[in-house]
Amino acid sequence: MRRIGLIVNPIAGMGGKVGLKGTDGSAILAKAKGMGAEQESSKRAVRTLERIVSLKDEIELITYPSEMGENAAKQSGFVPKVIGTIIEGKTTGGDTQQASRDLCKHKIDLLFFAGGDGTARDIYTAIGDELVVLGIPTGVKMHSAVFASNPMRAGDLALLYLQGKVKDVKEVEVMDIDEEAYRTGAVSAKLYGYLKIPFERRFVRGMKAGSSTNEKFAQEAIAQEIIDNMKKDCFYIIGSGTTTRSIMEKLELDYTLLGVDLIYNKKLIAKDLNEKKLIKHIMENKAKLIITPIGGQGFLFGRGNQQLSPNVIKEVGIDNIIVIATSQKINSLNGQPFLVDSGDRELDNSLSGHVIVTTGYRENVVYKVDS
Amino acid sequence: MNKKNKVRNFHQAKWDEPVIFELSNKGERGILFPEIEREIEEIVGDGISKLPENMIRKQQPNLPELSQMQVLKHYLRLSQQTLGADLNVDIGQGTCTMKYSPKINEQFANSPKITELHPSQDERTVQGILEIIYNLDLFLREISGLDKFTFQPGGGSQAIFAMASIIHAFHESNGDSEKRDEIISTMFSHPSDAAAPTVKGYKIINIYPNEDGLPDIEALKKAVSNRTAGLLITNPEDTGIFNPKIREFTQIVHDAGGICGYDQANANGILGITRAKEADFDLCFFNLHKTFSSPHGCGGPATGALGVTKELIKFLPVPLVEYDNEKFYFNYDVPKSIGKVRAFYGVVPAILKAYSWIMSLGSEGLKEVSQIAVLNNNYLLKKVLEIRGASAPYARGRHRIEQVRYSWDKLYQDTGVTTEDITCRMVDFGFHMWSSHHPFIVPQPFTLEPTESYSKAELDEYIAGLKKVVEEAYDNPEIVKNAPHRSVIHKLKTDTLDDPERWAITWRAYLKKNKK
Repeated sequence: MRRIGLIVNPIAGMGGKVGLKGTDGSAILAKAKGMGAEQESSKRAVRTLERIVSLKDEIELITYPSEMGENAAKQSGFVPKVIGTIIEGKTTGGDTQQASRDLCKHKIDLLFFAGGDGTARDIYTAIGDELVVLGIPTGVKMHSAVFASNPMRAGDLALLYLQGKVKDVKEVEVMDIDEEAYRTGAVSAKLYGYLKIPFERRFVRGMKAGSSTNEKFAQEAIAQEIIDNMKKDCFYIIGSGTTTRSIMEKLELDYTLLGVDLIYNKKLIAKDLNEKKLIKHIMENKAKLIITPIGGQGFLFGRGNQQLSPNVIKEVGIDNIIVIATSQKINSLNGQPFLVDSGDRELDNSLSGHVIVTTGYRENVVYKVDS
Repeated sequence: MNKKNKVRNFHQAKWDEPVIFELSNKGERGILFPEIEREIEEIVGDGISKLPENMIRKQQPNLPELSQMQVLKHYLRLSQQTLGADLNVDIGQGTCTMKYSPKINEQFANSPKITELHPSQDERTVQGILEIIYNLDLFLREISGLDKFTFQPGGGSQAIFAMASIIHAFHESNGDSEKRDEIISTMFSHPSDAAAPTVKGYKIINIYPNEDGLPDIEALKKAVSNRTAGLLITNPEDTGIFNPKIREFTQIVHDAGGICGYDQANANGILGITRAKEADFDLCFFNLHKTFSSPHGCGGPATGALGVTKELIKFLPVPLVEYDNEKFYFNYDVPKSIGKVRAFYGVVPAILKAYSWIMSLGSEGLKEVSQIAVLNNNYLLKKVLEIRGASAPYARGRHRIEQVRYSWDKLYQDTGVTTEDITCRMVDFGFHMWSSHHPFIVPQPFTLEPTESYSKAELDEYIAGLKKVVEEAYDNPEIVKNAPHRSVIHKLKTDTLDDPERWAITWRAYLKKNKK
């Protein structure tokens, strides 16, 4: 029997309704409640579960008590197995983390969570990418790519996954922004890691076009193109992300997924460098910088890769920036341009316009960049 | 189906018919040949031993062994399991320009005067067909404004490959071919405009559309450089939007030292209205099996008729068919020819049918074809936009040329029903609808192209089908998601196509992969 887990973050989204840009922290939660915010998260989770309730006799649903999943499960017609304990009305991120760890022990096939970026982060912090997850969007901030486009679509995708019609999974970004700073108008988003979600071909196959949607093969093709064109005696700064990782994998080099690594003549020089170390290496040397935009958002600089500072970018030179991305990733932006927010207004302006992006072996596109 | 209810109570035949190889019975024959009479054998021998040793098969070919009647039934059954262009309202296969192919043209092509010709015959004995080939060249020169056509490519992609080869030969003759290794195309051009030059060894730079759905001219400026070999582009693109700045595009590429090829595989909305020449293209091609009505590849052999300006004639594949005021002849004396992209001179039946189609219409008729195709398309556009959940991204409120790339994204967001589901449900009402469209920029895409062939009544029938399916998607999505219910097979599983261990494109490969 297949097992699904469910974690509802009951307070997710409450800050948004009353214009508070998030619900992280107990003071903000109290404020939101004071302003009349209601719990919506559980209701939205019900909409998801209703899409898969036809499978209720074939799957076991395991969840946390009361508002953290039990209520939503029962409301949608499931008879859930309830584990763990909570203090009702006082749940925190710690409960989400504990629930993730507890559910992980139950050999879950798919973990639903209803929440926002903070919830995704808690799950990632607790169990990494050990389980296949799927986010039911109920939060205020949803910069992470782990969420379905709405609760019903989360249910539909889960149904296909549980029926074995969707078999592939993909790694997607867990992002979060600092709410405090956001409230004062500054956005500083961070890439926390990657979670695995079921991978549905978003677009159906055209017999004429053939299949080109396999993200992994596309990444490998890009890596081969980059490696074939690598120049001798030139530093290559490899930015963070799964697309750039494929270059390191193909070269059989060690790497950091979230950090910035440096190679020279196809050998690893150093991993996970900060701004200072990067500058030290490339100063007065030939260097190229390979980066990929963040999925679903399109940021090239300023989100998740702050070590690639204006100084580093200027030292490398704009003409030596190589942007790589799969077509799938670009198309997921729905026509929105790539974005740069390096922190240096003037630099952002000179990075804006159009950029040539390597999308496959001998394949490139020209795409718009805005600051 | 009646005047009020336009949706048919349709049911497709399901024969559960095996592959023809599985029907094979050892020793079964369609024709039993008489034994060779002794007198004949004495003169010609046994018919085999005089063949060169290396041409004699060691093993019999593994062909299916069936009687005539079994073969006939097999193919009749298969034909009943299709929704061909002569059977349904085939407007759901946008970009393919499905139109009526007059049956009289089939009769011409089936005439022994054509079928008994051999490509190696002396040119003095085939003056008639050479005249037809030459005259079709003249027609297409007039339609495009370019200076010479070849019919050698056996389809659109092969014509694009030939264009890429000519672009390469052009730069080679300037000593520039190694440096110029990039071809520029656009995301809404046909994907073969990128794929075929890749085969030739080119790198591809594709231009994304701007907010209006047109290729972004600023992006083109970014893409060109001293590495630019050429531009291969469709116009109107698969969105049905005509790029009014096309001449600026060719100008920018020319200024960078590249040459420009126009993919006019589908020229159905612009015959007699706009030409390759006036947009400063150096090369173009037409698919005779699209715009010019000779049936498609699946319904008959194809031709990508490739034309060039006079500066590029010297690169065309050989032989060219020429006329010296006395006779038609094959010209192999093309100094810088790219050689051959296919054997002989082109698919003669396709050339003949296109010639006949053009002759029956004349120049006024060709223009009217385009006008009606555009009118039909804009009628359909208005009707589709009245359907809940459908939209036409880009160029809001504007007319389109001969087709529109629509989106079911709203429907999908509302109901979870995808383009593929709708495609599967449409066959329950007897409509073929093509599932999807590269490059997937438009979410949940579908492309309708009504051409000039379909009557208002037929367009209305198709719209009624779409409306019915959309109503079901909102009221009872399961019926759509589990479709088809009245077709040959229930649901197509496509995941095997991704698994090299499982798919096979020949019977021999199937046997090998399944270790039979």
